[in-house]
Amino acid sequence: MEQKNHMLKYLQKGIRFDGRKLDQYRLINVEYGVSNSAEGSAIVNVGDTKIIVGVKLAVEKPFLDTADCGNLMVNAELTPMSSPDFEPGPPTETGIELARIVDRGIRESHAIDVHKLCIKEGEKVWSVAIDVCTLNAAGNLIDAAALGALAALKDARYPAYDLEKNAIDYGEKTDKKLPLECQPIAVTVWKIGDYLLVDPLPQEENAADARLTVTTIADGSVASLQKGGDCPLSVEEVDSMVGLAIEKAKELRKALG
Amino acid sequence: MTKSNAIFKRPDGRAFDETRPITAKVGVIKNAQGSAMFQIGDTQAIAAVYGPRNLFPKFLQNPRKGILRCFYNMMPFSGHGERIRPGGSRRSKEISMVTQNALLPVLNLDDFPNAGVDVFIEFPQTDAGSRCAGICAASMALADAGLPMKDLVAAVAVGNINGNIIVDLNYAEEAYDGQVADIPVAMLPNSGKVTLLQMDGISEREELKKALELGKKTCQKIYEVQKQALKGKYKVD
Repeated sequence: MEQKNHMLKYLQKGIRFDGRKLDQYRLINVEYGVSNSAEGSAIVNVGDTKIIVGVKLAVEKPFLDTADCGNLMVNAELTPMSSPDFEPGPPTETGIELARIVDRGIRESHAIDVHKLCIKEGEKVWSVAIDVCTLNAAGNLIDAAALGALAALKDARYPAYDLEKNAIDYGEKTDKKLPLECQPIAVTVWKIGDYLLVDPLPQEENAADARLTVTTIADGSVASLQKGGDCPLSVEEVDSMVGLAIEKAKELRKALG
Repeated sequence: MTKSNAIFKRPDGRAFDETRPITAKVGVIKNAQGSAMFQIGDTQAIAAVYGPRNLFPKFLQNPRKGILRCFYNMMPFSGHGERIRPGGSRRSKEISMVTQNALLPVLNLDDFPNAGVDVFIEFPQTDAGSRCAGICAASMALADAGLPMKDLVAAVAVGNINGNIIVDLNYAEEAYDGQVADIPVAMLPNSGKVTLLQMDGISEREELKKALELGKKTCQKIYEVQKQALKGKYKVD
């Protein structure tokens, strides 16, 4: 509480702990092709936050209700390596929510055309598994994870596949890319007191009252939302949070290169 | 036992006593007390040390000394073939345990009663030899954390393919169609003592002796790389 009051005094003057403006991200850096074992991979740095994402492809049987669609899955590991606050063991609420926000952004924006992942209807489809692992957790994991997932999808290439034998040769990558139709970007806007800010430090996250993750595509339309925190938001607040997210997504899109 | 007389060539053309290229770096995880990256060929290990810190659950605490805990984990996309299900396996449990045993002899945690030192080892990509790379990274991370240590620990896998003693097997060699023995060893470079030793496959007693000699020689080389990396953190250009 003490720290929060202190923080609010400074936010009033438009200053944050590390000297940034309220709507300013830390330095973003995206590195492609960081794991030879994965079909696609990327490391995203947002300030001191560092996240690695890998994409693995496999051929599976489709679900009965989507017989002509490939499968898409997002998983997040908040590794105990990345923060003293994370412990080994099964995924926590935080980790599951993170994975599901990233998943919905990709799924609902139709970034991957799942119909194009179909090999033989009702029998064989490609499954795309996106695994997000934190390397150093220093705030704003959601935006970094979503950006990393998109980067890893862009980096992915199909492995060689023999339809007759139904066998994948993971040692041989083709130059065929995934059917990526658009680029969903997640921007989380945080509310502390009466102030809205982006890309929080862990101290700012701890002091926050609410957050709203807004995933947008290039034309500015919104593909998914997630409100977090237990403080209610007014409709006007939601509108200005969405507006800020649309603006900031343009910067993040540039960072993808 | 029959052995082929044909001249054995390593799939990637290396000499029998030649490792894949090694790179090492210290201080790669900012939140950790100590951390290191060790890469040998396409196998990359990252280790982070947290502690000495409060140890929970409390019944694990030892009032005489601190406890070391190691956690070996392959990232889901780091396997050679299909995705690895996250959440640990019998294999990762065992490797965590032997890693702990390999590192414990160099540590002195007498000054940290009731505390725990946690070592987390993660792999973004692998091509055989991951437990050895993990041990190399972990011992550097422990040194980087400033813990009292008697020595570093260096590790490498040696192998016996049809009677040919080679060092640092890659996946193609582990899966070689013939008689293959895979022998991961960890050694204390200053005393030459062995802190991890496993073998999968068949070897003669003499071959095993030769393999351990090669392992010892290679661990000395790895030790030099580890020392350079640790000093590199404090280098001023």
